[in-house]
Amino acid sequence: RDFNERCAQCSEVNWGLTDGGRFYCRSCHNVTEITREVVNTDFISNARIQTISKGLRKQEKTDEGCEWYVCEGFQLVLKKQAEALEALGVCRQMKDDILCNFWRRYLQKSKQAYCNRPAAETVKALSVCDSSTDVDSEPERPSLLHLLSLSESEGDLQTDCSFASSTSKVSESTSVCSGSVDGSLYLMKNQKEKLRMTMPMTLSFCYMALLWLREPMTLSDLLRFVVEGHIPYFNVFQHFPEKMKLCGLDLKIFCVESWPVYEEVYKKMLELAAFLDLPRFPDITDSCFLHPDMLCMKYLMEANLPDELHNWTCRVVKKICIGEADFLTLVPGNKSTRNVKYDVLAAAVIVVVLKLLFLLDDHYEWLLSDFAEERNKNNKEGGPYFEFKKWYKVIKCSLDVEQKKLDEERAKYLWRCEKPLFYSAKKKSKVLKRRQMVVNLQNQFGKLSGSVQPAEKPNPSSFQLSWSEENTDGSCFHGHSLKGILQEKCGLLTAMNPDYWLCTVKLCNEKLCGHLAHYREVDFPQSYHFVLRLFSFLLRIQPSYIHDEVCVIEHKLFNKKLCKKPKYNTCLRK
Amino acid sequence: SSHEHKLNFKKSKEVCLSYIQDAMLQKQWKRAAEFLTFYIESLEKDFSTEYMGPSEIIWRIGTEILCHHPHSSMKEFNFFTEQMKTLGVKRYLKVCLEHAFHLLCNGLTDEAYQNLSLAESWRFGEQTAIQDKEMKLIQAYRGLLDYYSWSKQKNILLEHGQDGFEDFSVEQEMHSCFRKAAVNLKEIIKIPGVWDIFVKCYVDLLEFYGDHNEALQVLNEYAYNSKFPANPNAHVYLYQFLKRHGESKKSLLSALKILHDIVPSHELMIDFNTMLQKSKKRKKRQLALEVIFAALDYASWKENVKAWSCLAKQVKQIVISEKHLDWIKQEWTSRKDWWPAFHFSRYLAKRNWQENERLSYEKALVAGILLGKDCKYFKYVSHQGCKAQVKRFRILKRFVNKHNPVYLRISG
Repeated sequence: RDFNERCAQCSEVNWGLTDGGRFYCRSCHNVTEITREVVNTDFISNARIQTISKGLRKQEKTDEGCEWYVCEGFQLVLKKQAEALEALGVCRQMKDDILCNFWRRYLQKSKQAYCNRPAAETVKALSVCDSSTDVDSEPERPSLLHLLSLSESEGDLQTDCSFASSTSKVSESTSVCSGSVDGSLYLMKNQKEKLRMTMPMTLSFCYMALLWLREPMTLSDLLRFVVEGHIPYFNVFQHFPEKMKLCGLDLKIFCVESWPVYEEVYKKMLELAAFLDLPRFPDITDSCFLHPDMLCMKYLMEANLPDELHNWTCRVVKKICIGEADFLTLVPGNKSTRNVKYDVLAAAVIVVVLKLLFLLDDHYEWLLSDFAEERNKNNKEGGPYFEFKKWYKVIKCSLDVEQKKLDEERAKYLWRCEKPLFYSAKKKSKVLKRRQMVVNLQNQFGKLSGSVQPAEKPNPSSFQLSWSEENTDGSCFHGHSLKGILQEKCGLLTAMNPDYWLCTVKLCNEKLCGHLAHYREVDFPQSYHFVLRLFSFLLRIQPSYIHDEVCVIEHKLFNKKLCKKPKYNTCLRK
Repeated sequence: SSHEHKLNFKKSKEVCLSYIQDAMLQKQWKRAAEFLTFYIESLEKDFSTEYMGPSEIIWRIGTEILCHHPHSSMKEFNFFTEQMKTLGVKRYLKVCLEHAFHLLCNGLTDEAYQNLSLAESWRFGEQTAIQDKEMKLIQAYRGLLDYYSWSKQKNILLEHGQDGFEDFSVEQEMHSCFRKAAVNLKEIIKIPGVWDIFVKCYVDLLEFYGDHNEALQVLNEYAYNSKFPANPNAHVYLYQFLKRHGESKKSLLSALKILHDIVPSHELMIDFNTMLQKSKKRKKRQLALEVIFAALDYASWKENVKAWSCLAKQVKQIVISEKHLDWIKQEWTSRKDWWPAFHFSRYLAKRNWQENERLSYEKALVAGILLGKDCKYFKYVSHQGCKAQVKRFRILKRFVNKHNPVYLRISG
């Protein structure tokens, strides 16, 4: 940061560092030849830090590439992800400050860098396997196959073994089983206590940073962008520089062949926050996007529900105190508070409100709708009254169409990219030939597909469904009034529906069975299932997660009544 | 329906495959091709432990699509199949064979021949021995194509012979084709299997060159070797050969006997019955009755005049001679519960009379004997026949009336 020369191209003084450790001008992206030697005076320097900071300039085997460590790979991944998020509109602070610092802290805590004796010291003995002396001194040298079968859920990658295993007996004197220096060590040691870095965890890092900055992106949004290809995650090794060769066990570490799972990413994020000893995160206040009042507004819009419902969601939020900063803000390591999934929470609040107003017992909501329809006939001034039936028809139609599209996208999902993977140099030619054949066949049948062009990546959007009030076909319900289903009582508008049914009388013990409730479609009314299905689609999570949250909210809402222990678990008078 | 929001490579390819299958079942070839493009990357991840891996699936599906797609062409098909050949060495010969079949089905005999010849020369370590069966088939089909060449040459020669031309080169080629064909055809028919076409062609070759002994031996092997699967055609070929060469009645009958055992409804049963009826041996004549009754058990014979006339003739003869009524009784016992409805309903009486007078005549005779003069079928037909003043029906009526007590004895 003490480089103060003016840029040759644009005369600005606004320098950044490339991967290779060269200065580049942030204004005009002019890359200089001037490199920077990093000497981090805060910590005792060692070879490790220099490797990371200098970037990939050590080129010992010029034709084979350079030495690189697994955590460098992850660092690169995180950098790419942060850049992508920046392109999506996230503030720049995220990449340069927050994520960077989180990562450094992680490296420090897991003793991979920035500390006295990094665990990687023992790496060298194992990974460079072309000297026989090492073999003799390491009797439990794991075989390639053994390492591949260890823990991780990427079971599919095992089948890539067919390229490696069937003929190759990895002899002790073959060259390194991974492109990275410490690939084998990485997989071998049970590093659970040190929270070993994985690809899904990169998303946990991202989400954690987003949360710290209170950016308007929920976890479900983030994961959806990943799946849609806007954030590097699959085949991220494409972005690695040429010299950084990936092979063997690196594939198991860096190649992902399954969509990230919400629960998993979320749980890891919590673990990570605790591991890093982070303090209380910045408060989530009612002006934040992640606050239930805000998110409910967003989801109501997306679900094509009347804006007037927002009053009701706010009321519920207030009543059960889930709008408090203390409730919403993440305090790492604090096991007594329940951790908040903002998106699920907001969706669940809306579901509860719908139950309050429409009951959703497959009976009442339709009666109420007919009633509103009748009232609508006499309704001349103002907007139309909201009719559940009409809304249901419109949404069901759209949802079915979108779901069908999504299902087809799942079937058409491509996992491989142009840059092929191979376990060992021996298999390279075979893999390349295969890739060539795949490309040929794809071209051949692609031409026979008719006029269908491969879909361009859809522009990333935070809204998956959108409705416009300009549509004259009346398919937008935002402006509709709830008056049709409300009644005046003592000068206040209250719901006509006097009843409520609880999803469950008693919440399960989460620690025992992992869930708060158990959702089975057949046990609940179809309207309820429909509503769950709608939000399940929007958030890309199982309906049961939303159902769990609904149960919790209901229990908070009807806490007093529940303490009286009613005999039947169905209707409650409000 | 619960929509999973998880997805991994394997699952997404399974789902993709189901879309392909749906499209194919609905003959939406463009859509099938579209989804296949997304399935293809599973080649880079061969699930070698599974029963049917991606490479085989892609081969089969791709072939099917290319066969039916409107924009497909032989060129596309060939290009694709060549890729498939390099895909799995364990399947190489099978793909070659199917490729050849496809070429043949499209009339590209020369290309098919080239393909087969090329495949014949393939060697790949231990795979060659493992794929021995496919190799034999390839050689057999090449032999078959050699046979067709031979056949063409033969016809040319015959034509030229008629015109008075002598064509030495054609003759030489013809003999060469014969040698090539004979070698391969002989090999394949040694292996137990169903080789109808190979056998026929081979026998044809042998007959032409006058090697009747060899031909007979081949046919006998094909028909009687218990290692070979039971094949009615084997007996048919043998019978036809024997008949062609004027062999003894005894041998003809024994060939047909087995055919009767395997396929009682075979069209040759008429011939069989006719020959048996003429026999001097009682047992043979009884067998004749058995055979014709058995044939008429099948719906395909219901309106066959010849069959009914055979039965009628024999039944009439027995009734007149008053000997061996027990034969009829024996055959009728198991049939009297269902034959009346099957053959002799009033509806059939009307229909037969309207459509085929001769048929109704023969059937009426049988019905009259087996069921008596008061049975629906006989009454209707004979009445109609007499009304129409057709002479033989009057004779028939008298005959049945005369022998009515027989029915009582038969029906017991």
